[in-house]
Amino acid sequence: MNKLIRFIPLVLVIILGIVLYRGLSLNPQDMPSALIGKPMPDFQLTTLLDENKQVTKADLKGDIVILNVWGTWCPTCKYEHPYLIDIAKDKRVSVYGINYKDDREMGKKWIARLGNPYRFSIFDDAGTLGLDLGVYGAPETFVIDHHGIIRKRFAGALDNSVWQREFIPLITQIEREKAQGN
Amino acid sequence: MLKKLLLLLWISLSVSFALNLHASPVDTFEFKDEVTKIRFQALTKELRCPKCQNQNLADSNSPIAADLRKQVYQQLQQGKADSEIVDYMVARYGEFVLYRPRVSSLTYVLWFGPAIILLLGALVVVFILRSKAKDPQDNEQALSTEQQKKLDKILNKSSQTNKENS
Repeated sequence: MNKLIRFIPLVLVIILGIVLYRGLSLNPQDMPSALIGKPMPDFQLTTLLDENKQVTKADLKGDIVILNVWGTWCPTCKYEHPYLIDIAKDKRVSVYGINYKDDREMGKKWIARLGNPYRFSIFDDAGTLGLDLGVYGAPETFVIDHHGIIRKRFAGALDNSVWQREFIPLITQIEREKAQGN
Repeated sequence: MLKKLLLLLWISLSVSFALNLHASPVDTFEFKDEVTKIRFQALTKELRCPKCQNQNLADSNSPIAADLRKQVYQQLQQGKADSEIVDYMVARYGEFVLYRPRVSSLTYVLWFGPAIILLLGALVVVFILRSKAKDPQDNEQALSTEQQKKLDKILNKSSQTNKENS
């Protein structure tokens, strides 16, 4: 018995080591959004391309809405942009943008130069909608289901592997829920 | 002369270090009264910046922290309670933004873990001390008759050999 007790510190250190080692591979930026399972917040803002056109959350049409937060000041947004254009071709989802804390003219130029994956981009230069969504940077991508409920928030660049791993299973699940009448 | 120069150098260096240390974001908020100012300072210290995760709002230079500071300021000026402002932040950024997390089933380990570990440690100490306290009594126990005989024999032998030698 006494001999076993001598090994307790060793066991504790090994457990601590495992916990800390696991911590090394965790992404501290990977935080659950406080808004998951909650409805999309209300907003009334103009679109990027037409400053006279007001949009609200009722204008985010489509069963599965992909809402991408972007800005011309954000290099990672440029990286993921071609991939967003690919996603926009997918008929299962409707892609919208939030032009977050940006300059309207620069945003327009960006769209003209790189192409427009968005049905429209909400122009949120003051970051009010961003704040209501708990956005703290760009790019961030939200998935909103057919009930207008936020199902996912992804912070970081989209690419094929991220899309396949993080989004496709959820999209399939939402489609299944919808087919079951939920 | 040289001493004076060195002193000057030392002073200017320490001043510049001091300035570096105090380089934190400066906002030009005008508060309606001193209490609001103190509440603002307390809130921005307690709320964590979502982007730069090891800094609080008061400390961070990131744009989102500036936005959130502005939000805190505006809501204070509107006369909102501290708890309302904290709720507002938690609703958007999650429990994560609280440097002092709320007591919930998620944070029980965080709140009570240290106390429990301390208690366990105290128990271990008590346990060890008790078993140590018992040991000396065992040692002081009188020898059994058999042991006493053995001891006598040994003592007799040695005294005999001593006599023979002398």
